[in-house]
Amino acid sequence: MLEVSVEQRSEGTLIRPDGEVDLSTSRELQMALKNAMSAKPQRVIVDLEKVPYMDSSGVATLVEAMQIARKQSSSLVLCSMQDKVRSIFEIARLDRVFTIVPSMDEALTS
Amino acid sequence: MPTQHPASAINGTTDAHVVVEMVSQPRYLSGARDLVAAVAKRLGFTDHDCGQIALAVDEALCNVIRHGYDRREDQKIWLNIWPARDPDDESKTGIRILIEDEAQQVDPEQIQPRDLDEIRPGGLGVYIIREVMDEARFERRPESTVGMRLDMTKWVRPRTETPNEKPEDSGEGTKTDA
Repeated sequence: MLEVSVEQRSEGTLIRPDGEVDLSTSRELQMALKNAMSAKPQRVIVDLEKVPYMDSSGVATLVEAMQIARKQSSSLVLCSMQDKVRSIFEIARLDRVFTIVPSMDEALTS
Repeated sequence: MPTQHPASAINGTTDAHVVVEMVSQPRYLSGARDLVAAVAKRLGFTDHDCGQIALAVDEALCNVIRHGYDRREDQKIWLNIWPARDPDDESKTGIRILIEDEAQQVDPEQIQPRDLDEIRPGGLGVYIIREVMDEARFERRPESTVGMRLDMTKWVRPRTETPNEKPEDSGEGTKTDA
């Protein structure tokens, strides 16, 4: 079960998934990201504080969002990533590709 | 189509200690991960490695669901788990996991990780499996015209490699294969 909340702020669009992101749930995150991107915001922040697990389908969803962001010159920032989730980004060497910051405060000013 | 559990076709091994037959529905991935991580913990792995082993199993099951069964949700997948012990080094223990399906057989040589320099969604599963596990071999199921299987092993790392984590006392969970 994954719930995704979206909040519009002056600093950008905040997306907060809550739950495990795997093949059964990544679609929810994908839809939220696509909807957020369609408004071409300057900044999209994905707060991963409440994501204890992510597999490659979740990573693929974020890669897809990053590609959209690059095309439309939006910035995509990932923040508050748990160690277990960071691990898959490191394995796939995507920790060097994404902008990943430790906290929401840093994401808002990145 | 064969519908009986195929583990008996594995040459040179005893029956698996844990056998799960599941349908190809993504909603059960979470349960499979939890089970594998719990068994790995009992076999002496650290929390970090338990998480990695569960990730490898998740990726393998996802590949079966997506590519083997083309997301059909009523197909069978078998997850078999054994404690592993290196016959050449009795002190080397680990976990062996065999995942089998009844999907169309493909040339195992075609199942290759993609180049990580190519940044695109998808295609990471095989890379992650090979990166996380010490051994991973895709093959056609023997004595059958359908089905693939993935045979994976990971060895418990010496404590010095992971000084900050303590595995649970493996105790009775470390029975060995014949």
